[in-house]
Amino acid sequence: MAELGKTHELHKRRLGRNTGVALLLGLFVVLSIAVSVVKIGNSNSELENATEEASE
Amino acid sequence: MTDVVYTTKDHEAGFGDYFELLKPRVMRLVIFTAAVGMLTAPGGIHPVIAVATILCIAVGAGASGALNMWWDSDIDAVMGRTVKRPIPSGRVSRDEALAIGVALSVASVVMLGLFGNFLSAGLLAFTIFFYVVIYSMWLKRSTPQNIVIGGAAGAFPPMIGWAVATGGISIESVLMFALIFAWTPPHFWALALFRNEDYTAANVPMLPVTNGTRATRNHILGYALVLAPIALAPAFTQIGGPVYLILSLGLNAYLLRGALGLWRRDDAAADKDSFKAEKSFFLFTILYLFLHFTALLIEAALKAGGLTLGNWPVWF
Repeated sequence: MAELGKTHELHKRRLGRNTGVALLLGLFVVLSIAVSVVKIGNSNSELENATEEASE
Repeated sequence: MTDVVYTTKDHEAGFGDYFELLKPRVMRLVIFTAAVGMLTAPGGIHPVIAVATILCIAVGAGASGALNMWWDSDIDAVMGRTVKRPIPSGRVSRDEALAIGVALSVASVVMLGLFGNFLSAGLLAFTIFFYVVIYSMWLKRSTPQNIVIGGAAGAFPPMIGWAVATGGISIESVLMFALIFAWTPPHFWALALFRNEDYTAANVPMLPVTNGTRATRNHILGYALVLAPIALAPAFTQIGGPVYLILSLGLNAYLLRGALGLWRRDDAAADKDSFKAEKSFFLFTILYLFLHFTALLIEAALKAGGLTLGNWPVWF
């Protein structure tokens, strides 16, 4: 029964894999938010420019 | 009924094994050429969008690498160069490679469409299709011209980068495509000359296997002659300039000298010095492509800093 308590090499590999996938997903979320901020910022400034031109 | 049953698969893969499926070395070249395509394009691009879209292109290229390893695992298992890849070495199963390849292909194309634009996403989708279906599944095992046509897959990244920045295709991006396209055959045939036994064992119809090394040496010289003017042409476009021209002239002179050297040699001479000239020509071709794209990057940097010749001839 003592065997059950030990961390098998397989579990270490699984932990490494899961940590890697978690980090990648985290990076993907950060990237999506960053791109959204830039794109929304761009379209806002375009909208402002268009409104200014129209009012002139 | 309270017994615990362990089932241990013999191919439980680690994270690094999956990463290796994406052919990191090919991915590095893809990232570099796509970035050059993007940075040399007129108009500029927001750095966040640039990083996000280059990652999409890299993941798409990696996904096609995984699908290539899935399809070619039988060939990889008999070639010394590829026997240590994740599938033939038993670290990743074929099904896992297929799942990762398909999932990442779809994800990279969709995200490039959202982060960049639909033209670049379409080009990326076509690149993956071309590499996996046209090259890996069809041409690779059926014709010695496999890498001539298949080289198109590797040539698309700078064009995709350019399409992200401009939303279009133009002579500059077509010339960057043409440069990699014409470079691929002499590069791989030089490799095939000293890896001939590998390809023979795997029954892959590379030119030295089907038509002999004499024909291969002739072809390397022929394609080097085609490559040189194509490589020089971007010097006289909006993205070219004196730095590119000088570097390209030097590199192409060396390329032609090397190709002529290989053409003059025969198998006896190659056996005598264990393919020394072929190996150094192969390594030179990597440097050749890298330096051409670096020169384009330098020209872009000079232009950004306002350091350009006002009367530089732009013919294309």
